[in-house]
Amino acid sequence: MVDNNTIISIRDVVKRFGSTVVAVNDVSLEIKQGEFFALLGPSGCGKTTLLRMLAGFESPTEGQILIDGEHMEGVEPNKRPVNMVFQSYAVFPHMTVHQNVAYGLKVTGTPKSEIDDRVRESLSLVQLEAMAARKPDQLSGGQRQRVALARALVKKPKVLLLDEPLSALDAKLREQMQIELVHLQKSVGITFVIVTHDQNEALSMADRIAVMEQGDVLQVAPPSELYEYPNCRFVADFIGKMNLFDGTVAGIKDGKVLIRVDEFADQLSNLVLPHNEHAKGEVGIAVRPEKIRLDENEPEDQQVRLKVKVTEVVYYGDESHLFLESTGGARFAANLKNEARDTHAEIVSGKELWVSWRPEDTLVLSS
Amino acid sequence: MENWRNNRLVFAVLALPPTAWLVIFFTVPLLIMWVYSFAERGPQGQINLAINLANYARAVEWIHLGIIWKSIWVAAITTLITFAVGFPLAMGIAFAPARWKNVLLLLVILPFWTNLLIRTYAWIAVLRTRGFLNFGLEWVHDKLSTLFASIGFPELMGEFEALELLYNQKAVVIGLVYVYLPFLVLPIYATIEKLDKSYLEASLDLGAGHWRTLFSVTMPLALPGIASGCLLAFILSMGTFLTPALLGGTDSEMIGNLIARQFSSSRDWPFGSALSFLLLYLTFIILWVRASLAGRKDGPI
Repeated sequence: MVDNNTIISIRDVVKRFGSTVVAVNDVSLEIKQGEFFALLGPSGCGKTTLLRMLAGFESPTEGQILIDGEHMEGVEPNKRPVNMVFQSYAVFPHMTVHQNVAYGLKVTGTPKSEIDDRVRESLSLVQLEAMAARKPDQLSGGQRQRVALARALVKKPKVLLLDEPLSALDAKLREQMQIELVHLQKSVGITFVIVTHDQNEALSMADRIAVMEQGDVLQVAPPSELYEYPNCRFVADFIGKMNLFDGTVAGIKDGKVLIRVDEFADQLSNLVLPHNEHAKGEVGIAVRPEKIRLDENEPEDQQVRLKVKVTEVVYYGDESHLFLESTGGARFAANLKNEARDTHAEIVSGKELWVSWRPEDTLVLSS
Repeated sequence: MENWRNNRLVFAVLALPPTAWLVIFFTVPLLIMWVYSFAERGPQGQINLAINLANYARAVEWIHLGIIWKSIWVAAITTLITFAVGFPLAMGIAFAPARWKNVLLLLVILPFWTNLLIRTYAWIAVLRTRGFLNFGLEWVHDKLSTLFASIGFPELMGEFEALELLYNQKAVVIGLVYVYLPFLVLPIYATIEKLDKSYLEASLDLGAGHWRTLFSVTMPLALPGIASGCLLAFILSMGTFLTPALLGGTDSEMIGNLIARQFSSSRDWPFGSALSFLLLYLTFIILWVRASLAGRKDGPI
């Protein structure tokens, strides 16, 4: 059954290289029309292979790919309604910016008059009209990337595929391009599928993210859900920073779950958490650094609190990252906003503090 | 030791032997030849140092210009055919699976392991009237005759007539294509191999077919390698001596043979030197044209 809104359907796709390497392992995904979708994972997780299968440069060993309801099996890359922005941009060095953008129209026999109009329109989308006569080696990295974008968008694809499009840019430019890409996507209304290993990039741009690891899709969710409700240890650890501990479910009392964590045991016999369906046997206990409150005196109002010692302070300007260790050996990372110029001067290695957090901010992950 | 370049003694010790070798065995003989080219031949073939341009004037006489022109023509045809054969070969190797690449490259340079003279004699054995190629053709002819006879057309194929493949211009071109193929394939292979394959994927992705991609993207981007390879094949075949001497007929003499004759049977070293320098100047002009064409391009290719 194909939903009218679905533009890409990936069904039970497996990709093997040779007989031993499984790059993509039985992946099924539905990507909606107009969506900004991110494939996120560490290098070698199969995300690029999946993208290349959408573009037609690789073919699935098993399973099917449908784009706009059409089976893509045996369809050459030049016949697919998708276009790609390559990691290296692959802007042809022997052609001008104008020729680069016009290339895709020229080779498919678009009339000359239409080509010029569409190239101009596409270049204005990426604010490069003034550069039309330049050769790629006269452009900066960011501008070359815009040429690659304009060259793909001029074809009016049903889906734009982006392979690590921002990885070659410096940090400032990357942040700016993230915002621009999102605006561009909303204005052209084309479905974007982006591959990235940078979680910030995925969180800030995508409508939905699929986290991949070793060929498997672990979780598909909107950014905030992925960040606040990861469904497994890998996702919890991969997205953002996380304090992770091993725990054991000790019992259930009054609808609350009691969990014993060995490193907390000298101060807290059990964590008392709201009911959670994952809370069975061995579990992972996780809490984000920014959810942790730091106090000089024991915070009586907090149910989960531990006395810790500062082991390290890393200064980042806008905030400092503290590394803390409890008497039971539990290690924490916590963030401290530098709200005033003279705040927190007294927090140095060896200082004793209290960490605490709300039980409902605690994640329980099945192992 | 990262600044060994700055250490004059080390630099001198390293640079002296190769420099001395080049000066003694290359620069000095070349200088001697250059001086000879302005001399004149004595009655017994000795060299009389009378400084004049008579040898150069003789070199541009019609009969010699004809030979130079023929050399250029044969070299051009050879380069064209070598490119037509070599470019697909270079592409094939560059896009072959990694484990095959080295084997294929080895096959390309394998002929160098045997002496050129012996390989050229092998071509004689292949091309002559009673050679392997004609034997093969005769065998096919016989089989076809038998076949047609069995279905009632005994006279259809006629008598087999051996092809005259050796001792003519065609044999020279075949031989030259064979000898200089590796020189053309290797530079082209090297550029295509280094080429970012995503250029080709981008072309396909934008809707171009494989042929369009070949002509609009691959070949323009491989142009430096194509130019080097073709130039190498052209220059080497223009100055060739052995192949036309062994495979060519009476009308196949090229400038290399003319030069060789001056130093052997004609015993006219001054004229031979002048011809040699003429060939050298011609080569320099071609290289200069290539360099200025490459320099004019604004791209970093």
